[in-house]
Amino acid sequence: MSTIAVHGGVRNAVSDSMTMIGRSIRLSRRNADTLVMSIVLPLLMMSLFVYVFGGAIDTGTRYINYVVPGTILLCVGYGAASTAMSVADDMTSGMIDRLRSLPIRSSAVLTGHVVASVARNLLSTTVVIGAAVAMGFRPDATVTDWVLVVGLLLLYVLALSWLAAGLGVIAKSVESASTLSFLMLFLPYLSSAFVPTNTMPSFLQAVSENQPITPVIETVRGLLTGTPIGGTGQIALAWCVGLLTCSFAFATWLFRRRAHG
Amino acid sequence: MIVEATGLHKAFGPAKVLDGVDLHVAEGTVFALLGPNGAGKTTTVRILTTLSRPDRGSVRVAGYDVVREATKVRGVISLTGQSVALDDQQTGWENLVMIGRLMHLGRPAARRRATDLLERFDLVDAMKRRVKTYSGGMRRRLDLAMSLVSQPRVIFLDEPTTGLDPSSRTTMWDAIKELVSSGTTIVLTTQYLEEADRLADRIVLISGGRVAAAGTADALKSQVGGERLDLRFAVEADLARAAALFDVPRGTDPLVLGVPSDGSAEHLYRVLDELRIAGVPVVRVSSHRPTLDDVFLSLTTTTGRTSVQV
Repeated sequence: MSTIAVHGGVRNAVSDSMTMIGRSIRLSRRNADTLVMSIVLPLLMMSLFVYVFGGAIDTGTRYINYVVPGTILLCVGYGAASTAMSVADDMTSGMIDRLRSLPIRSSAVLTGHVVASVARNLLSTTVVIGAAVAMGFRPDATVTDWVLVVGLLLLYVLALSWLAAGLGVIAKSVESASTLSFLMLFLPYLSSAFVPTNTMPSFLQAVSENQPITPVIETVRGLLTGTPIGGTGQIALAWCVGLLTCSFAFATWLFRRRAHG
Repeated sequence: MIVEATGLHKAFGPAKVLDGVDLHVAEGTVFALLGPNGAGKTTTVRILTTLSRPDRGSVRVAGYDVVREATKVRGVISLTGQSVALDDQQTGWENLVMIGRLMHLGRPAARRRATDLLERFDLVDAMKRRVKTYSGGMRRRLDLAMSLVSQPRVIFLDEPTTGLDPSSRTTMWDAIKELVSSGTTIVLTTQYLEEADRLADRIVLISGGRVAAAGTADALKSQVGGERLDLRFAVEADLARAAALFDVPRGTDPLVLGVPSDGSAEHLYRVLDELRIAGVPVVRVSSHRPTLDDVFLSLTTTTGRTSVQV
């Protein structure tokens, strides 16, 4: 009577993930508020810094060239934070029991959310960069530089999205997921995103220079506008790969653990 | 037996939720797990459907072990939980096709199945609309349709009619009866005795994490005795005389005497005649047929395990 092939191995695993990715992208597309906010907020922040605060901040360069890399990372933070909320939405609704009682690999559910998150961020980052150019951002990056920037940002988005997915799994509600992901939105402010770190009090300097976002920003800034990168490239890469590995393990472990509660 | 559970134990921290539950469900039957809130019904269903692991005990569904062969079990069952499990932002059609794809039907087969189910549950007109625009009854119907995409051998329904209006409830009952007639096994949980009485071939009454009683609805009812006449008297002295006359023990109410009856008019005449001849005035007479409520009350109170925890 049953017509289901349970043992499809890799083919089913890929097809399950594709189905879940399709679902998450469709849900993101229809959740217009979140999508618009994840583009509009970084744009507003960028305008605020460029036109309002920027005049008073001395970075030794044109401020817009200084601030764009930070804005891109801020934008990524917003995009990833909404992933925590959509995962929490699944976890707290009846949907997760339905999905888990299907003969699919359980990671497919989170994979769907993470890939949709990367797609959303790709879109919003493109919009932000476009707007930055319109506002006077003039990168002098070569094609290789751009490829490196895109690669590093992809790694960073993946890492943050898996982290957000994990936060979404432990959150007891959609609201608490949004609170948990607040840290991700706050961290860019304590970095070299908007002001050089040497203007901060020394204890903050220690924090901001040793947190993951500063090396990523410095690397992206260096690649796009030719400021010196030095060893920060390797540090940024190490942070992203490390964060991605830990977040992925953390999120999938939590998901499996909640599955057997 | 398509579902066989033996010695299920489950605790959440210090709270013992299941304390040695055994269940046997024959293929092609409707099995009802009946009990008050907090009795352990949902926990039992979660274990039977691989969502939760028992601390002790074992479950086989269609011959597969729910812990070691969870994926195989998931291939032959479906679960409709207490809360409706649908994506509000997807259309009814998209929801169904998604489940079909996840059950590894090919794309054309998943679409055919979605169309069939939408027709069967009278949702064709709404198929292109997002689920968030559906009424409560439509959501329940789609939710049940989602469970049928894979043509499961065992369908688990956790409180399928809780919160439904009477007409939607009847529709749901009809849908369940239709499923059984096509050979599917159904395991449902309910707090409603009427629902278990109407649908189930076999009922297990669960209370405080233990099986309090098991059997057919009729067998359970006969446990609390057959039909009786309740005679109400104006004063206790009359009741005492009547009790002596019919040789029946007095109940808890000092003015009401229960007399076993076969339910016939003939017996009623005889009782009233005897009372008149003996000169015992009776104020009211009512006939009482045992319901599952009586079973429920007598078992959950005499065992002293009426559970209040949720």
